Amino acid sequence: MKLLTVNFLTCAVKTCKTSSESYPLHFRDAQLEQNPQTFNPLFIRNILSRLDWSALTTTANELGLTAMLPDHNPADDMMVDSEGATEEEKNRAKDNVISEEVLKKLHTFLVDTAVIEGKLVCGNCGFEYPIKEGVGNFLLPPHLV
Amino acid sequence: MSRPEDLLPPDLFYNDTESAKYTTSSRIRQIQASMTHRALELLDLRQPAFVLDCGCGSGLSGEILSQQGHTWVGMDISPSMLDIALQRQQTRPEQTMRTRNGHTNGNHELNGSDELDDNEDEDDDDDNDDDEEDQMEEDLTSSTLGPDGDLMLLDLGQGLPFRPGSFDAAISISALQWLCNIESTHNPTQQTAESRLRRFFDTLYVALKRGGKAVIQFYPRNETQRKMISSAAVRAGFGAGLLEDDGGTKNVKYYLVLSVGGGDITGVVRGMDNVDVEDGRAIREARGGLKGTPKKGSKAWVMSKKEKMKAKGKVVKGDSKYTARSRGPKF
Ligand SMILES: C[S@@+](CC[C@H](N)C(=O)[O-])C[C@H]1O[C@@H](n2cnc3c(N)ncnc32)[C@H](O)[C@@H]1O
Ligand SMILES: [Zn+2]
Repeated sequence: MKLLTVNFLTCAVKTCKTSSESYPLHFRDAQLEQNPQTFNPLFIRNILSRLDWSALTTTANELGLTAMLPDHNPADDMMVDSEGATEEEKNRAKDNVISEEVLKKLHTFLVDTAVIEGKLVCGNCGFEYPIKEGVGNFLLPPHLV
Repeated sequence: MSRPEDLLPPDLFYNDTESAKYTTSSRIRQIQASMTHRALELLDLRQPAFVLDCGCGSGLSGEILSQQGHTWVGMDISPSMLDIALQRQQTRPEQTMRTRNGHTNGNHELNGSDELDDNEDEDDDDDNDDDEEDQMEEDLTSSTLGPDGDLMLLDLGQGLPFRPGSFDAAISISALQWLCNIESTHNPTQQTAESRLRRFFDTLYVALKRGGKAVIQFYPRNETQRKMISSAAVRAGFGAGLLEDDGGTKNVKYYLVLSVGGGDITGVVRGMDNVDVEDGRAIREARGGLKGTPKKGSKAWVMSKKEKMKAKGKVVKGDSKYTARSRGPKF
C-alpha cells in the first residue's frame, strides 16, 4: 500500500465509521519498499489540499520517515489571509507556487514509498488488515460485515 | 450463452487459469480497452486525478488510467486477478509477462457476459493455440507509463473503506453485475443483492469528492437488474444518467454516469446521444404510475414520459424504431 492511499483509508468495520480512533490505520511489522514512479507535479498539487496532514505525520512517525515529510502542508502557505499574516507568509502566498522540489519530495513519500508486507491496524476495534506483496486485504469476516 | 456470474462466485471463477486467459486474450483486451476509453471520455477529467477502479481485475482498465497520467487505486475480490495485475506492473516493457501454465482448463469454453463478442464466429478459436499470439501482443503493448496502481483485495458488496472526499473520480468496467449474485464466498450471511449494491453505492458516494464523477459500465442480466443497479445509485444520492451504446444490438453497452453534488446530471451528459436521465423523482413516478396515463411500458407511455422529461429540461434519448420495443433476451 502506497502511503498516499493509506492517508485515505479507514477501518471497513461498520461500527468504526463513527469513531475518531479508526483513522488513520496504524502500521505494524511494516516492511517498506521504494519504487520510483513517474513524477507528476500536477497530480501532487491536485491532491495536496485533500491530504490529512496530522494522519500523514502519524504514519511517517510509525515508519521512522519523519525526515521525508515537511512539518506542515505546503498548500496551507497558499491560503494565508492578509490580516494577521507575517510579511514572509504574505510573500510566499503571493508567489502562489509550491516549488518543484517540495512537490518532488512529497511525491517520493506519497507515491514512491509503499509498505509491501505487514499489517494495518484499526485503533478502535483492533482489526488487522494484512498486506502481502503490497496488496492490502480488506475482506471482512462475516461477523464484522 | 452462459453468464460466468451464474456458475461460480467471482473469486472462484477468476482463478489463476481463467484470470490469465482473460488477460492474455487480445479480443478481451481490446473490448475492455475501448470501454475504458469511453468511460474516461465520459468522466472528462481536466487534470491528473486520483481515481478508484472498482473491480479492477488484472489492471486492463488501470493501465489506461496510468497512460493518461492518472493515479489509481484498484479493488478486486479475486486474488488471481490481482496477482496478474501485480506481475504486469512489475514487468517492464522488455520483459515478458509471467503467465501461468495450465491452458487446459474446464472453464475455457465459457463465454460470459463479460466477454461479449463483436464477432461470434471467432469464439471457438481463441482459447488455445493463439494464446501464443496473444502473449506476443501483450509483450508489445505492456509499456505502461505513469504510476502503478495501488491494489486492494476487497468485496465491493461489503462497502469501501475510504474517508469522505478522497477521490476525484471512479470507474468500474464489467464488474458490477457480479454484485447481484449473492452466492459469493464472502457473503455467507447471504446479504441481499440490494443491500450489497446499497453498501457499494453509499460508500462510493462518500469516497468521492464534491463534484466528483463515476462511470460504471456493466452487463445487466435484464431490465430488472439494470433498474436495481441504477436506482441503488440514485438512492445513494448520485445524479445519474444511463447511457446506452449500440442500443438494440447484441453488443449493447450500458454506462451509468454518476455525479456527486446536485441531482442534475444534465450538464454531465449534455450533447450525448442515447442518454436516459434517471433521477429520484422520475423513478418514483415510474414506479407509482399515474392515473389516466397510458399503460406503463407501452409506446404511448414511453413517448409521453419522454415529453415530460424534455419539458423538465432533461436529456432524453432520441426516438428510434427501437423506442419502447421489446429487445428480447439480452444474451
Ligand atoms: C470482467 S472482469 C473486469 C476486470 C477489469 N475491470 C477489466 O476491465 O478488465 C470482472 C471483475 O470483477 C471482479 N469482481 C466481481 N465481484 C466482485 C466483488 N464483489 N468485489 C470486487 N470485485 C469483484 C472480478 O473478480 C473480476 O476481476
Ligand atoms: Zn475498526
